Amino acid sequence: MADKVLMKGNEAIAEAAIKAGCRHYFGYPITPQTEVAAYMAKRMPKIGGTFLQAESEIAAINMVYGVASAGLRVMTSSSSPGISFKGEGISYLAGADLPALVVNVQRGGPGLGGIQPSQSDYFQATRGGGHGDYHMIVLAPSSVQEMAELTVKGFELADKYRMTSMILADGTMGQMMEPVALDFDVAPAPEKPWATTGTNLTRKHNIVNSLSLVPEQLERLNMERFERYALVKENETMYEEYMMDDAEIAIAAFGIAARVSKNAVKEARKMGIKVGLIRPITLWPFPDAPFKKAATHVKEIISVELSMGQMIEDVRLASECKVPVTLCNRVGGMIPSPEQVLEAVKKANNGGKQE
Amino acid sequence: MGKRVTMILGHYGSGKTNIAVNLALALRKTHDRVAIADLDIVNPYFRTKDSLEVIKAADIRLIVSDYANTNLDIPALPQDMYAVTDDKGLTCVLDIGGDDRGALVLGRLRPALVEENDYEMLLVINRYRPLTATVELTLEVMAEIEAAANMRFTGIVNNSNLGAETTAETVLDSLEYAAEVSRRTGLPIVMTTVRDDIAKELEGKAEGLFPLTLQKNFIESKI
Repeated sequence: MADKVLMKGNEAIAEAAIKAGCRHYFGYPITPQTEVAAYMAKRMPKIGGTFLQAESEIAAINMVYGVASAGLRVMTSSSSPGISFKGEGISYLAGADLPALVVNVQRGGPGLGGIQPSQSDYFQATRGGGHGDYHMIVLAPSSVQEMAELTVKGFELADKYRMTSMILADGTMGQMMEPVALDFDVAPAPEKPWATTGTNLTRKHNIVNSLSLVPEQLERLNMERFERYALVKENETMYEEYMMDDAEIAIAAFGIAARVSKNAVKEARKMGIKVGLIRPITLWPFPDAPFKKAATHVKEIISVELSMGQMIEDVRLASECKVPVTLCNRVGGMIPSPEQVLEAVKKANNGGKQE
Repeated sequence: MGKRVTMILGHYGSGKTNIAVNLALALRKTHDRVAIADLDIVNPYFRTKDSLEVIKAADIRLIVSDYANTNLDIPALPQDMYAVTDDKGLTCVLDIGGDDRGALVLGRLRPALVEENDYEMLLVINRYRPLTATVELTLEVMAEIEAAANMRFTGIVNNSNLGAETTAETVLDSLEYAAEVSRRTGLPIVMTTVRDDIAKELEGKAEGLFPLTLQKNFIESKI
């Protein structure tokens, strides 16, 4: 018991990043991710790290670019409007094939929106967010423990594939407090022979750059990058299945929506309704397989989201439109209640008609 | 205890608001005119106002900014906050925001509080919070808060807990830590606060045992 500590999700991300060897954090304040920066501001000076509150989100993401170029583990965090600002820099990170960790503790939008939780940056996160052909590895925690563990995973995958990893959380995940065990293993960062660390006149100098003016070369870079993306899809897809074996109805939900949905599944099971949950943990790469499988034995998939329906498109693609996929949602900072999800399940169980 | 004004300060997430609300409810049993003041300028979530119904039902005055729980994320203080020092017939619990930044609000109240000299300033500690996990770290946070408030603590509230996973054992494992903080600071442990359902198990085992009825926060009210 004494091994556990009580942490906010935001703090768990920060401490896990430090455990993963991250010694450089750049950010700009925004609710509801404030505690990531506040925690880093306290901890980094004590361990010889750098906490820097930049003059803007755009400055912060370009500082990330700089440290990533030097081959060190580096992160930034923000919430929805701030992530839009960072979009340009994230695209440059992708173009330069730099590993970094970006945290998005989402809030309701668009625009300035509000400060309550949301999942409406799903498209932005899973489709890259900035300009150009690229992806980020997008990790969706649904507990404070996972906020910590997926942060470490995010750094490891970023280094392994020279990509940006994003933690896609939301205001509740960031703010909720839960006991966490922080004694997980962290693999040492791999060698980065491409990093701009100074040649000591012993090797040819490295160049980190996203500019490529010869179309043939730029095409080749894009092709090579997507070969790497194919490997990520093949090897790194993560999801959780809950009571899916005999399910006649499936719920698709991630993050906070998955927690609510799990409660609804338990309630529905008590009523004898055979419903299960598929919880994507990586949103990119999206776990196609469990949905493809589910489509062979369920009569409907319900996508529970804190958005107007974004993940639902991936669910439809993954299940190849073999069964109806419906939406159960709240937006603007609201969260679907277990009762609302239960009603959707009952309706699906009743052939799509209200009882 | 027994002073007119009780100020609750500490590291953020240490449990200040829960303690403040429970303390105000307890004081109301022996005092006619009780107020609780939400002077949090740090966090727009987890506010005293989350417990508005309980506070109202107990006929406790809530001194709170109009902007609390409106999602307007600006650090604002209530316009009637000077009632705390002007109205000497009012028994007050002050719920102050986290860390040194939160304690800055006491600057405006300090002269009158010091002049009247009828206050307790309590430090809430939780050894299961990583930034106050050791005695040294706790003393560091304490010093930062005192510097910002320009006032000294008068007592300690040991609120060591692991959230939903808290057991009597969790609390017992924190007693030595709390005692050491007390020894090093010379401050008494005024309360050991525990969730009400495990309070019975700890009777006679912890100083100033004070059961807490946990207040619903904004996340729990949504899920």
